[in-house]
Amino acid sequence: MNIVGLMWANLFRKPMRTTLTILSVVIAFLLFGLLQSIGSAFEGGAQVAGVDRLVVAAKYSQIDNLPYAQKQQILSVEGVDGITHTSWFGGNYQDPKNFFAKFPVDPVSYFDIYNELDLQPADALERFIRERNAAVVDVALAERFGWQVGDVIPIIGTIYSKSDGDRLWEFTLVGTYSENGEASNFPLFLFNYEYFNESTAFGRDQVGQWTVRIDMPERAGEIAQQIDALFENSTDPTRTASEDEANRQFARQLGDMGFITTMIMSAVFFTIILLTGNTMSQALRERIPELAVLKTLGFTDATVSLLILGEAVMLCLLGGLLGGLLALGLGPIISAMIESFFGSFEVSNQVVLNGLGLSLVVGLLIGMIPALSAQRLAIVDALRGL
Amino acid sequence: MTAMVECKGVEKEYVKGKEVVPVLAGINLEISEGDFLAMMGPSGSGKTTLLNLIGGLDQPTGGEIHVGGTLLSDMSSRALAKWRSENVGFIFQFYNLLPVLNAQRNVELPLLLTKLSRKQRQINAGTALEIVGLGDRAKHKPNELSGGQQQRVAIARALVADPNLLVCDEPTGDLDRDTADEILALLETLNRDHGKTIVMVTHDPKAAEHAKHTLHMDKGKLVVSEGADA
Repeated sequence: MNIVGLMWANLFRKPMRTTLTILSVVIAFLLFGLLQSIGSAFEGGAQVAGVDRLVVAAKYSQIDNLPYAQKQQILSVEGVDGITHTSWFGGNYQDPKNFFAKFPVDPVSYFDIYNELDLQPADALERFIRERNAAVVDVALAERFGWQVGDVIPIIGTIYSKSDGDRLWEFTLVGTYSENGEASNFPLFLFNYEYFNESTAFGRDQVGQWTVRIDMPERAGEIAQQIDALFENSTDPTRTASEDEANRQFARQLGDMGFITTMIMSAVFFTIILLTGNTMSQALRERIPELAVLKTLGFTDATVSLLILGEAVMLCLLGGLLGGLLALGLGPIISAMIESFFGSFEVSNQVVLNGLGLSLVVGLLIGMIPALSAQRLAIVDALRGL
Repeated sequence: MTAMVECKGVEKEYVKGKEVVPVLAGINLEISEGDFLAMMGPSGSGKTTLLNLIGGLDQPTGGEIHVGGTLLSDMSSRALAKWRSENVGFIFQFYNLLPVLNAQRNVELPLLLTKLSRKQRQINAGTALEIVGLGDRAKHKPNELSGGQQQRVAIARALVADPNLLVCDEPTGDLDRDTADEILALLETLNRDHGKTIVMVTHDPKAAEHAKHTLHMDKGKLVVSEGADA
């Protein structure tokens, strides 16, 4: 046995209490790892250079639409090779819980710009172009609801109704798409823009955002500026960004994610410091006679103080390490769920190291007061209390 | 015979609020090396306070205490801690073993402050347990031992650093008669065969019979001393 062994043994004098305390610290640092990574993904800077697709959205709010007339102007910018558009339709399928995004799109340009998508069966694109109420969906979405080609899918409009006031939109499934043979991460329900534009009661000749393909990725930043300059003084100014950045901007509509994650983490750590600090203080009170005995045996005030501080640090480091490792393990799973929506998401080793550093600080904070109390403990007074 | 403990005009006062409570009033005492001294007296007579001062757990308000030729009264808290670890073994009424450690590790505790190797610490702790007759209980935790066995472990812990002085505060106060007699016989052996100087506080006249000398205290003063120079 050595001093560290003594700390370890003392830490687990009440295994259930220590396990539960460590578990709370683990959860706190798991949250830390995930939220810091999500915060980084949200707050990551725009990386326009080098991308071959740009998203052109309304400058001030993503819920503002843009006029269809912008299409030709954007196409006129040198370096723009193709253009398509999407719009947020909203709407519910059977129950609001069955959430998935529904976009009216132009079939030809959409599958030309997103050429990584493979549409099946072979005649799906042709039918999608020809049949005005046709729809295609991601294979995962079709599997989720058991849809087959030929099925009629009713959607109740929550934003858009038809010009006759009817909110029921019926679509016929003509195909499913996959990305490199697999379901995409953000499954969509796509239907014909022409049908939508002719039928909607309002919002005609408008789109939610443009997606443009450029033929010179190295000029992406310059092209983005040129597009925005076109509409700078119009009633519909734009903001052009990479797809990742556009997704982040969309997510930021939810709020200032950096601020939100910081507030959540502050609340979590404040609670952890109070709870764990209280546990450490209680453990100290129970051990006053033992600490007096250690001092009697010749342990100095400083050594006894460091023993207590070391236990608090050990507890927090253990929790921080386990929480960080758990976050690392869960990272890829969460990333697979949200990456296409939020852009790159990764629990990095740096985040785990940051967590360990923070756990050290938390341990020192938690252990400081009990350690000082232990240092000041007078042997005779403590023994008299036996 | 040389003096192991010398108390010269030792005074001790406690402050309780605004009140100053005198506990020891000018104690003069000399305990020879190799002695086995029992201190008796009613509760509040100051015997445990004097024991604590002799063991270097507390500092006197006035006077001087020399133990093994070292003046304790002027030592810093840190120096006193080091001195205790090398020169005194403590035995308490309630054993005061660490419940999370087994007997071997409890005995090993004082050796963590030395530069001995881990192996040597284990050997020394094992030897101390053998001396008190608990070599076969090394891996047992305190709650797996009887009261008498726990006190033996505490005695082994007091012995392991090979101090010259053992201070015992009611070492049999929590034990039945037969077990108490075993513990007292062990203390006698340590005094007789290992040359340890023992100072023991007790309320029990039968326990005091095992000592070579008995000292009585009342109201912070020595009232009767049988054998010791006071």
